[in-house]
Amino acid sequence: MGYPQKPHPKETVVLSRYFGDPEAKTYQGWVKRGGYEALKKALAMDPAAVTEEVKASGLRGRGGAGFPTGLKWTFMPKEKKGPHYLCVNADESEPGTFKDREIMRWTPHALLEGTAIAAHAIRAEVAYIYIRGEFTEPWAVMTEALADANAARVFGNITIHLHRGAGAYICGEETALMNSIEGKRGNPRIKPPFPAVAGVFGKPTTINNVETLAAVPHIITRGSAWYKGLCLSSPKSTGTKLFSVCGHIQKPGNVEVTMGFPLKDVIYDMCGGMRPGRTLKACIPGGSSVPILTKEETERCLLDYEGVAEAGSLLGSGGVIVFDDSADMVYQIMRLAKFYAHESCAQCTQCREGTAWTTKILERILAGKGQLKDLDLLLDLSENMTGKTICVLSDSCATPVISGIKKFRSEFEDYITGKKRPVMVA
Amino acid sequence: MTAPAARVEPYQPVFVGAAKAKLDGIIARYPAKQGALLPALWMVQEARGWISDEAMAEVADVLETTPAQVKGVVTFYTMYHQHPVGRNFVQVCTTSCCNLCGAEDVVKALLAETGAKELGATSPDGKWTVIEVECLGACGFPTPILVNDDFIENVTPERVPELVRKYR
Repeated sequence: MGYPQKPHPKETVVLSRYFGDPEAKTYQGWVKRGGYEALKKALAMDPAAVTEEVKASGLRGRGGAGFPTGLKWTFMPKEKKGPHYLCVNADESEPGTFKDREIMRWTPHALLEGTAIAAHAIRAEVAYIYIRGEFTEPWAVMTEALADANAARVFGNITIHLHRGAGAYICGEETALMNSIEGKRGNPRIKPPFPAVAGVFGKPTTINNVETLAAVPHIITRGSAWYKGLCLSSPKSTGTKLFSVCGHIQKPGNVEVTMGFPLKDVIYDMCGGMRPGRTLKACIPGGSSVPILTKEETERCLLDYEGVAEAGSLLGSGGVIVFDDSADMVYQIMRLAKFYAHESCAQCTQCREGTAWTTKILERILAGKGQLKDLDLLLDLSENMTGKTICVLSDSCATPVISGIKKFRSEFEDYITGKKRPVMVA
Repeated sequence: MTAPAARVEPYQPVFVGAAKAKLDGIIARYPAKQGALLPALWMVQEARGWISDEAMAEVADVLETTPAQVKGVVTFYTMYHQHPVGRNFVQVCTTSCCNLCGAEDVVKALLAETGAKELGATSPDGKWTVIEVECLGACGFPTPILVNDDFIENVTPERVPELVRKYR
């Protein structure tokens, strides 16, 4: 679990090893812990060899999509004709997720080191780390760490800049993030062209998540075979992953486990289980954009990309939101829809209108003014919001609504039939 | 009889002297000047507390873009203030995970204790503005709030009076 608790014996601490250790934040402290050795090693290697090593490790993107990292790096042009850029996505704002924040707060040099290695691998001269505006503490920690590392001249010819966001969930979408770095509104771009062809400032760009890059130095130092060996179930999911556990749980926090670890052990064992007298009702395993799991699905779910998919959801960003039997699923799904309605960039009609109407209809149901046909209307609306827009924010709003109605339909019906008293005013 | 004309203070530019030099350093980080737009707006907000139309025009001028472009950006990002706010600007996370753990009670306590009364309004003494925000990315420490740049975790309604005293 790292900070503030001691790691649980079932954890595999790689990324979170120094969470809660203030000395590890400093440049000297990081070097004393073996820091920047991986960067030295990588800078002496051919960029293609670094990419090969990461490809062989099986590391997949930890931001949510789970795309193989090494493979992504190979999409950059073989022949370098101009500047290449690396963008680091530290715009962590997926409800339920708070892992990148802890990496930056406690081990800023791990991120800087991983960033420099990745920049070398894709032959980028400049890397921008995009940190969300609300992360004031990680911003301060990263600023200091970058100044110290620059003073020690560890990055060779690579320049790293920090770029502060200003409050927009959508900037976590990679093309919106690039627009934001360019000083534009954070509207996602239509793909193609893909970032590796025309990314930030129109140049070939790779975008990686904080947790992904923090794992890279370990792969370089200890080798891809070691990383690949960290696997409990599907061979397609390797390494360790931070899971942020929150909601109705005794000990919320981050746990780091080997891919394929059972979700029920994370909830009941490592995070202390439910509050006294309460039982598990539901769980969102990968941040608010993924389907909701029932108790039964949660208890048989294995935490890797394939395992969570088999249980009926997605691994996503690893934000585990736990709901106990006191949770009002209708109200919570309305809150999620409200989140997406607030965060929609409003470019696409399906998203702009769909997220707003989904919220309004759910509010109407919670006010006791709903009709049974509203549930079909919500499902119809959700279907028209899926797969039809520039980015997946619209789909993300539809997902909890669809799975919520499918799995907890009676809770919606109770508001509609008057069995449950309204909790909102129309 | 005509009413005396309201005295309008002339706009004082933000980007002069040290601030201009700092911005020039930031501009150098990007291959195009407009890349420095978000940082420039942060500098304006730090200096003035909010971003006026005149300030947007100044930023546009300095970064060689148009006031319309700048306004488009200011209105897109929720953290930029388009009007003056209380000296203590409080952002409370009320998204699902915090909501499950009682964030709405924290909002009620803050509105009552600060005298701001309603979301987005500023208290009569000018010291407080409280708003609800979407996910602050600290879901394991409910309820997180931001008071200006101070990120405070595990806020409960019981802790609110003490916090308000501290910033008053």
